[in-house]
Amino acid sequence: MADRDTTKAPTAGALALADVEPVPGVPKPDPILVVDKVKRSFGGLTAVNVDHLELQRGAITSLIGPNGAGKTTFFNLMTGFDRPDTGTWHFDGHDLANVSAYKVARYGMVRTFQLTKALTRLSVMENMKLGATGQRGERILASLIPGIWKAQEAEIEERAEELLVRFKMDHMRDELGGELSGGQRKLLEMARALMVEPSMVMLDEPMAGVNPALTQSLLEHVKDLPSFDMTVLFVEHDMDVVMDISDWVVVMAQGRIIAEGPPAAVAANEEVIDAYIGKGHGDESRFTPTPLAGAPVSAAVEEVAPPSADEGAEDLADGGADLDGPAEGAGPADEQPGGRA
Amino acid sequence: MAASLRVLTSIATLLLATLAMLASLVAPAAAASDPAPTLLAQEGGEQVRGTLNDGEGDPLEGVQLSVTTPDGEAVGDATSGDDGTWAVDLPGPGDYVVTLDTSTLPDGVELRDPERDTLEVSVNTGQQRTLLFPFGEGGQVSSLGQRLTTAAFSGVQFGLIIAIAAIGLSLIFGTTGLVNFAHGELVTFGAIVAWFLNAPSGTGLGVQLIIAGAIAVVITALLGGGIELGLWRPLRRRRTGLIQMLVITIGLSLALRFGMQIVFGGSSRPYFDYTIQQRISIGWLAITPRDLIVSLIAAATLVGVATMLQRTRIGKAMRAVSDNRDLAESSGIDVQRVVLFVWVMGAGLAGFGGVLNGVVENVNYLLGFRLLLLMFAAVILGGLGTAYGAMFGAIVVGLVTEISTVFFSTELKFVWALFVLIIILLVRPQGLLGRKERIG
Amino acid sequence: MDVLITILADGVNSAIGPTAVVFALAAIGLNVHYGYTGLLNFGQVGFMLVGAYGLAITVSIWEQPLWVGVIAGILASTLLALLLGLPTLRLRADYLAISTIAAAEILRFVFRSSPATPFTGGPFGIPSQVGGSGYTQTWNALNPFPQGRYGIGWLTFSHTRLWATIVGWSIVLLVVLVVWLLMRSPWGRVLKSIREDEDAARALGKNVFAYKMQALILGGVLGGMAGMMLAISQAAIAPDQFLPQLTFFAYTVLIMGGAATIWGPVVGSLLFWFLIASVERALIISDVMPSGTIGPTRLAFVGILLVLLMAFRPQGLLGNKREMVLDG
Ligand SMILES: Nc1ncnc2c1ncn2[C@@H]1O[C@H](COP(=O)(O)OP(=O)(O)OP(=O)(O)O)[C@@H](O)[C@H]1O
Ligand SMILES: [Mg+2]
Repeated sequence: MADRDTTKAPTAGALALADVEPVPGVPKPDPILVVDKVKRSFGGLTAVNVDHLELQRGAITSLIGPNGAGKTTFFNLMTGFDRPDTGTWHFDGHDLANVSAYKVARYGMVRTFQLTKALTRLSVMENMKLGATGQRGERILASLIPGIWKAQEAEIEERAEELLVRFKMDHMRDELGGELSGGQRKLLEMARALMVEPSMVMLDEPMAGVNPALTQSLLEHVKDLPSFDMTVLFVEHDMDVVMDISDWVVVMAQGRIIAEGPPAAVAANEEVIDAYIGKGHGDESRFTPTPLAGAPVSAAVEEVAPPSADEGAEDLADGGADLDGPAEGAGPADEQPGGRA
Repeated sequence: MAASLRVLTSIATLLLATLAMLASLVAPAAAASDPAPTLLAQEGGEQVRGTLNDGEGDPLEGVQLSVTTPDGEAVGDATSGDDGTWAVDLPGPGDYVVTLDTSTLPDGVELRDPERDTLEVSVNTGQQRTLLFPFGEGGQVSSLGQRLTTAAFSGVQFGLIIAIAAIGLSLIFGTTGLVNFAHGELVTFGAIVAWFLNAPSGTGLGVQLIIAGAIAVVITALLGGGIELGLWRPLRRRRTGLIQMLVITIGLSLALRFGMQIVFGGSSRPYFDYTIQQRISIGWLAITPRDLIVSLIAAATLVGVATMLQRTRIGKAMRAVSDNRDLAESSGIDVQRVVLFVWVMGAGLAGFGGVLNGVVENVNYLLGFRLLLLMFAAVILGGLGTAYGAMFGAIVVGLVTEISTVFFSTELKFVWALFVLIIILLVRPQGLLGRKERIG
Repeated sequence: MDVLITILADGVNSAIGPTAVVFALAAIGLNVHYGYTGLLNFGQVGFMLVGAYGLAITVSIWEQPLWVGVIAGILASTLLALLLGLPTLRLRADYLAISTIAAAEILRFVFRSSPATPFTGGPFGIPSQVGGSGYTQTWNALNPFPQGRYGIGWLTFSHTRLWATIVGWSIVLLVVLVVWLLMRSPWGRVLKSIREDEDAARALGKNVFAYKMQALILGGVLGGMAGMMLAISQAAIAPDQFLPQLTFFAYTVLIMGGAATIWGPVVGSLLFWFLIASVERALIISDVMPSGTIGPTRLAFVGILLVLLMAFRPQGLLGNKREMVLDG
């Protein structure tokens, strides 16, 4: 597992984090999100209890942990979809306690949902265009005069088109959201989140239910995000994916951060293995190492690896070709952080 | 397509059967008030009436009364008959002034309180208000304490009736997620079926009221089961959305309500047993034995339902499905069967609530619809989907409704209950006893 | 044959008359609420009530000019939307339905109560000419058609009805245009996204509450306009005209024509009133039932219609079957 990422060149995020000590709550050189003493319980159950956590700007951080560890709840708390009992957190300098979800998104922190929320009766293109921020035509009076928003709409459509091409969904632009398959919805939701041009994306199991071939190209997209000045936090159960993609891994169990560090260090961590296998914990059933339904278990991966790797390679090949376009067009995306600030 | 046809035939037969069931019991009753020139059918049947007696039990005949609006516009006159009764039909709900012409009283008979020859009354929609002109000696003016006690008693009684009717509403929501806007019509249905069974032969079957009520409850329960099997189950199988089904309950409620109006007519009518009763006084409380017994029966029913939910297998299953449908399903509970049972039981209880309400007040095709919003208030107050919440909420709603009449105009008594509803939705949408919903 | 023509004539007369205008407006308002934004407003009749009373009280009781009354009606419905929306827009769809129907009933009870009688006329309501010139006087004075009957063959209108019909449908066309402009814009797109999944919209940075409020006000004002149209075309209003079933008629109209379509509410209203009036005439002619039961029969018919529509053709006449399959 661990030796896989030795083959790839270290990313900027990995380099920045190279000297950071792999202990829970460790400070990062340039954190974009800082969480302090955030606690949320449901009745008697403490779903999230994070003492201190920092996420490095421009890095890809994975959040892993057994089912019910509190990952989704943590996402909900960070993005204003749920309120913690106590605690503070800052994103890019903004204090986000008691900030409503839509404002969090406007500050540049955009999340996707574990249970996909494709807008069923809107077309794929409309789904995408909805993501764009600062639309003049979204104000009620201005919307009555097409002249005010037509030009901007055209720009947005162009950008959406590019993203759809990148995600290989351009042929589905007129399909309704509800007509897509589960995996396609995941793709759409991720692409739509990128339309917001966020400085940080939080992806809740973006690969779940996506076929392995597509997973590869999706992974390439995620890996590519830091080059568009985006920070990524994502939840994933498939360890191979986690090892492949992340600069940093945070492990949650029973609401707490029990470990963090570079992928290799975390994979070797005793406590993490315990948490997954259930040693030393009373309730074993809760901590079965499920890489999530649909995604192959690590052992199984080895067996199906050759064909999927081939497909992946092909995907990668034309994925790479597709990527050239948006990479050149990265200009506007690069301007974005400045434009937002 | 076959599925559609099945639903279509089910709906059609269901509605026809319902109407036929009612129609077969009786020839079309008194014609409803003529529809207003436009679409706006007014509710009808408002009346003031009363029985005059000289204080020693003898009726007063030939006494003239007149009814006007508060502005003095004449509405109607009446002369008491040989049994002392009089009645004036009103153009609609509202405030009226009823004046008794003392010069037409027989010699030697005087009003107990000479000042009270004029009464100001407000009449609710569909209400037939009975007025009292006391003659002769005796009588005491009721104190605030007495009025409060009486109002509190009516409140509890009303609350118990709402609770019985609303349990089904809450359980149906809990087990299927459906907000049943046709629940009020199940209440009315029970009351009307009982009326036709109870009415003397000619109009009805002349069955004694208690037996009539029991039969009506069974028939309403069957109707509930029929609606579930014939309508909701096929619709759920076709994966019809909840909002869509909610709008269907609206359609169903219109069809049933006005179907019943066709059969029953627009007026309010009492049952034929237990109508005339002397009030008995217990401390500050003056009530008729009938009201007392209705309350006791209602309370016993609620205890019975609670025990059933707590102890029996099906009761536990109902609560389990209500609590968490998926979990219940995966732990081997036959959810479809439980839902059917909820419909049968819920409808039966609704019908029973209707009969009780009909005993206390009168039977009218709008009886259940008037209770519907109060049932919603009760159910939301207690927490949607919980049976005990509905019971608790209903008592609160009943008390608020009745006690408000001690201090404020009776016309506004439902307004307070609905206010409570909106306030609760504002501060604690999960209800006072309910749990917070899971987010995303 | 003559019988058929009488029946059809009644249907057509009703379909293009002022009542159809009233319901087209109310249903367009519901379309903004329910069709586009997914707000299950079951209290549309409350907006009609405050619109109608806003106009009537201002013009007939306070003796202001008609245009002031119209503005008052619009403001009253806006205010109701704000009052209703602030607490309830955060609630789930079914809770919203219950609280809106309750609010509409509260309004009706309060408007007919004795404390309110000096302003509202109590249960008897406000006929046009209470004091001053009344709310139909200016309206009638503006009527360019000289007294008489207009039309051809069996389709004739009195001059007042013709006037109300022409102005009414012109307003409907204008409103349709505005709604069309709004719904094809990015603003309309946000509304639709809220209908589909408000959390998704929120996650993309849309201020869902503000949009819902705007939609509630817009649809509510359209309801208020429907109420004003009702007041003017009847020259009288009473609180018990504003029963909850009016909202459900408007839903039937909307669903019949097709929710979330631009012309759905208009086509629905034409069709609905055509059906209602011809069924009624057919019942009267065929003499199958005592005249007193025709009213409730008609209402029960609406109910059955609503059930069948929702079960078998939820997309209505103009809706998109493809979209409807996805609902739920
Ligand atoms: N709204 C809620 N009410 C009650 N309990 C909740 C609620 N939301 C989450 N929980 C509980 O909190 C715990 C954490 O749930 P969460 O969804 O955050 O886990 P997760 O790490 O995302 O799991 P998975 O990997 O399966 O997605 C679970 O035990 C869950 O049952
Ligand atoms: Mg999760």
